[in-house]
Amino acid sequence: MSEPSQEVLRLQGLRKSYNVGMPTEVEVLHGIDLRLARNDFTALVGASGSGKSTLLNVIGLLDPPTAGELYLLGEPTRGMDDASRTALRGGAIGFVFQFHHLIQAFTALENVLMPLMAARGKPRREDIDTAQALMAEVGLDKLADRKPDQLSGGQQQRVAIARALITRPALLLADEPTGNLDSRTAADVFALFRRFNRKFGCAVLLVTHDSRLSDACDRTLTLADGLIVSDQAARQSAGS
Amino acid sequence: MWLEWTIATKFLREGRTQTALIMVGIAVGVSVIVFLSALIDGLQDNIIERTLGTQAHIKVEAPDEVNQVVPLAGGTMQLVLEDKRAQRLRSINNWQQVRDTLDALPEVTAVSPLISGPAFARRGSTLESVALMGIDEVRYQKIIPIRNDMVAGQFRVGAGDAVIGSRLAWDLGLRVGDKLRLDAGQGGDSVVNVAGIFELGVRELDSRYVYLDMKQAQSLLGLPGAATVIDVTVKDIFAADTVAQRITRLTGQKAESWMQTNGQLMNALKSQSLSTRMISLFVAVSVAFGIASVLSVSVVQRTREIGILRAMGATRAQMLRVFLLQGALFGLAGSVVGGTAGYGLVWLFNAFGPRLFQIPVSPLLLLAATILATVTGVISAAIPARRAARLDPVVAIRHV
Ligand SMILES: Nc1ncnc2c1ncn2[C@@H]1O[C@H](COP(=O)(O)OP(=O)(O)OP(=O)(O)O)[C@@H](O)[C@H]1O
Ligand SMILES: [Mg+2]
Repeated sequence: MSEPSQEVLRLQGLRKSYNVGMPTEVEVLHGIDLRLARNDFTALVGASGSGKSTLLNVIGLLDPPTAGELYLLGEPTRGMDDASRTALRGGAIGFVFQFHHLIQAFTALENVLMPLMAARGKPRREDIDTAQALMAEVGLDKLADRKPDQLSGGQQQRVAIARALITRPALLLADEPTGNLDSRTAADVFALFRRFNRKFGCAVLLVTHDSRLSDACDRTLTLADGLIVSDQAARQSAGS
Repeated sequence: MWLEWTIATKFLREGRTQTALIMVGIAVGVSVIVFLSALIDGLQDNIIERTLGTQAHIKVEAPDEVNQVVPLAGGTMQLVLEDKRAQRLRSINNWQQVRDTLDALPEVTAVSPLISGPAFARRGSTLESVALMGIDEVRYQKIIPIRNDMVAGQFRVGAGDAVIGSRLAWDLGLRVGDKLRLDAGQGGDSVVNVAGIFELGVRELDSRYVYLDMKQAQSLLGLPGAATVIDVTVKDIFAADTVAQRITRLTGQKAESWMQTNGQLMNALKSQSLSTRMISLFVAVSVAFGIASVLSVSVVQRTREIGILRAMGATRAQMLRVFLLQGALFGLAGSVVGGTAGYGLVWLFNAFGPRLFQIPVSPLLLLAATILATVTGVISAAIPARRAARLDPVVAIRHV
């Protein structure tokens, strides 16, 4: 396991505006400074419209920042073209969205394999084994050949988590992953994040409105109107 | 390409109804194009074959006789009342030499000098106007294989033998072995023996042509040693025009291709081909719009999935290819089905149609239709595919 202090992400004065150059131009993030280390298990909370999803999309290289610098695994990302951004994102980041975003045309297992297939084409035998092992870890090995619409919401979200982890990313981003799950299922899904954070040592940044979940994280960032207004470590370290 | 192929085929399979409907549309379009092209090609081949079965591809004749007008000194003007000269029957100068020149041309397959002129055929008190054809039997057979069209007797000219058309034989009540008196006006007058009767199926020829030995026709027409026409056939009938021009340049004689002689027919064929091509083009264009609109709808429907795929590491280029590939698959599959259906229509036409002629279907036509439809599919997919590639993943993922 790598050194706990190892840096995964660093943001410096990060700003994001929408509709740049138009009369409707609006700055959503007003200068964010943030460091995430390997093994960090962090919650991102804040009122609706405070800019949590925006920040996550920028960190995930889905949306370029308007100003400031974003270092991913020590690499500056300013001015990267689409292909290298896509490649860096594919290797370093796993995404879980609120609405379990699976692709209906593919089976659960194929959905899990998608990031690998996008990067290098036809999956190899060992890729399929890895995917099956992950499916087993999320408790879905029996349902690997089902299409997404034959799975419950909680099961779909587990498939999405397995998919986010197939590339062994250094950073796992989750935007309200339990937002439309009942509280028991939500707790199960949350436990999965915990487990993979420990097992693979990947940093987790998780947006949630549920204070029970954010309390269970090691660290809580609070966003208000596009600024980080508080950064607190948990009362007792869950890691010990 | 593996991922693109996998996604494209899964998308197509998932959108089963859409796929099936557009496929039927493409197949109908392709089958119409295949059947129509085959039909018109068959029809035209048939018409040309019939036309050229009874005439040479190129006719070489002596140049027209014109009045020589003395050139004027500069600055003067002259009013001329010109009596056009009558084009009398006359020989091609040095026709043996011209014949040898033509024989040596690589594009030319057969050369047959002949002497042709008007005469009266008389039996008892019945008089018919005929065209005397004094031929070199062996050479002439290569131009028009008249031996295959004999209905009585044999094709034999020379030594007072003549071969006549079936209508002429009917009009004059002649049978093989009967005598016939020919009168060419110039004092030539002789009696020939009917050795055979042919029927080419062209009334003009069957009622007027009298084939004789070249020598005998020359003496009847009062042009000893002459040949008035040289018939020529060429390898590529559609190059007859250019070969004719070349012959004129080489020999200084007047050369007329079958295309000029049959100007009306050529016009008809050309407009027919043009209208076929226009119909095919418009069918192809509407098929292309069909593919484009189905794929455009599909891009909108799949916006969110495209966003997820992009977030999962698929590149813009990969998304572009996914949709181009769908267009290509539409075109390919549609044209295979449509080509088969078109083939079926041709078969039905040949088996149960009017049976005036057979439509041949060349595998080349099917291959061309397949390639063309596939390319059309890719081109039609270009706009939707670009839309898919340009989608911003963040916006796409939010799309519901
Ligand atoms: N594409 C856009 N164009 C213009 N403004 C936008 C766009 N996307 C988001 N915003 C604005 O940016 C602000 C932050 O939005 P964001 O989605 O990041 O909020 P959030 O914290 O995730 O909220 P929620 O908890 O409801 O998901 C909002 O005021 C929103 O209106
Ligand atoms: Mg949000």
